[in-house]
Amino acid sequence: MSSILAIFKRELAAYFATPLAYVFIVIFLFAMGAFTFYIGRFYETGVASLAVFFGYHVWLYLFLVPAIGMRLWAEERKSGTIELLLTLPIPIWASVAGKFLAAWAFTGVALALTFPIWITVNYLGDPDNGVIVASYVGSFLMAGAYLAISAAISATTSNQVIAFVVSVVICFLFTISGAPLVVDFFKAWAPLSLVDTVASFSFMTHFQTIARGVIDLRDIVFFFSLITLFLGINVVVVDLKKAG
Amino acid sequence: MIEIENLTKNFGPIAAVRGINLSVAKGEVLGFLGPNGAGKSTTMKIIAGYLTPTMGRVRITGLDVEATPQAAQRALGYLPEGAPAYGDMTPHQFLKFIAEIRGFSGAEAKARVAAAVEKTELEPVLEQPIDTLSKGFKRRVGLAQAILHDPPVLVMDEPTDGLDPNQKFSVRKLIREMAAEKAIIISTHLLEEVEAICTRAVIIDRGQVVADGTPAELLTRSRHHNAVILCLPPAQALRAKEKIGALGKVRSIEERAETDGFVTLTAFPRRAELLIEDISAMAANEKWEVKQLYAEAGRLDDVFRSLTTSDSDRARERKETLAA
Repeated sequence: MSSILAIFKRELAAYFATPLAYVFIVIFLFAMGAFTFYIGRFYETGVASLAVFFGYHVWLYLFLVPAIGMRLWAEERKSGTIELLLTLPIPIWASVAGKFLAAWAFTGVALALTFPIWITVNYLGDPDNGVIVASYVGSFLMAGAYLAISAAISATTSNQVIAFVVSVVICFLFTISGAPLVVDFFKAWAPLSLVDTVASFSFMTHFQTIARGVIDLRDIVFFFSLITLFLGINVVVVDLKKAG
Repeated sequence: MIEIENLTKNFGPIAAVRGINLSVAKGEVLGFLGPNGAGKSTTMKIIAGYLTPTMGRVRITGLDVEATPQAAQRALGYLPEGAPAYGDMTPHQFLKFIAEIRGFSGAEAKARVAAAVEKTELEPVLEQPIDTLSKGFKRRVGLAQAILHDPPVLVMDEPTDGLDPNQKFSVRKLIREMAAEKAIIISTHLLEEVEAICTRAVIIDRGQVVADGTPAELLTRSRHHNAVILCLPPAQALRAKEKIGALGKVRSIEERAETDGFVTLTAFPRRAELLIEDISAMAANEKWEVKQLYAEAGRLDDVFRSLTTSDSDRARERKETLAA
């Protein structure tokens, strides 16, 4: 556990030691604002709810989370520090967990900094704060799932651009797997159970359930299992690369 | 302390390491020599547990690196090739991180970091980001990281690469000071380094050990071993060459004109026999105006060149392997 903590602290400090953290947070907040106020017409709808705001999280995460995740392993491979990391007396899973948790905490910080909009909506009207809390929890879990995917992809390459592009594509597939585009494609030929399975992997569906204020255990379990699965894949990838 | 048994590593069809057997005892400083691509770094990476061997095994203080990696890695200090470190951190932050990972905390962690900093003379750059440091300091940050936990086994891939002569001197001094208590493997391209600090030299080529012995033993395999160098005016050189050539022990003589007008003769012995006594007596009798006269212990680069292959030969071989 102490080694996870050491890795976690180093990684988190690394974000703030470079402009990366500040650039990311500013762009994240700016994009959130732009989507919510201009495209989502937050004021014009005249509803005291953050549904519009949370609705765009899926699409923002799709690009911004792989941007955080792409460096996790690819950068270490490029700079050679992975050789140092993997020859320190800690298990691979501790490095994987420490890195993931630091990146997740970082996205958590960025997400938490959107709090002014929560205050605004409370000032303007009388929103259901329970729903908003649930939405924040759901959004954070979803970010974790995107991040776990990106981290596993990052472990396969020393090229951050490749890590980013492949991560975005895979995250996109998980995002839209419940959308008519995908479901219809499978419906034409696949048995119903397969269609349902594919659709059940949709981040959008699971997030929207939570964002409605319904914290269903199944949705929580879904995100946590996905995170665990991809962190497991991450460990396996790092380990397999040792064979050369 | 380090036991390597039948170590083999293939990268696809290419064999990087082919059946290396070595054991290094406490108090030994083993110099790993070999041309680029001979398998030195691959072997060191396997010892450190960064690469998994295709066959064979490595034990550090009796602990199998593949079966119990963490236990083995605790007993090991490793300086990877190029001394990688997290560039955004300062040496101080970096060493604190290493201390924490290695399970030290509080006062002990502080003391460990301080000791490593002192040994590697990092004090003046302690609070500068590693990215901004010179090559010499970066290398010493890597060294500090490797010796922080005072490990019984040290493996260092080119610890003095890129250092200036003063820095090399202090790193070698550091290694010599630690040598008695540890088993150390270093790789190097600097043959003088082997003579300066190693108690044993191992030359590898194409993934195999081609020579293993003390530096002095390896020197006896050099054609310059016990050769005599004589530098004298050209007027006397011809006569000297004749007289020395007439000695039964001399196999051949090489002649070279120096820029200052003198001529240097190198007399090679037949079977590593001593020539210096005969030749110095002769020089005194003949009253040659000798500028230089000395016997050579041998040259490691002779041994190195005669035992190893050029990189283009190996590249060609690899290409053929891949084509087949």
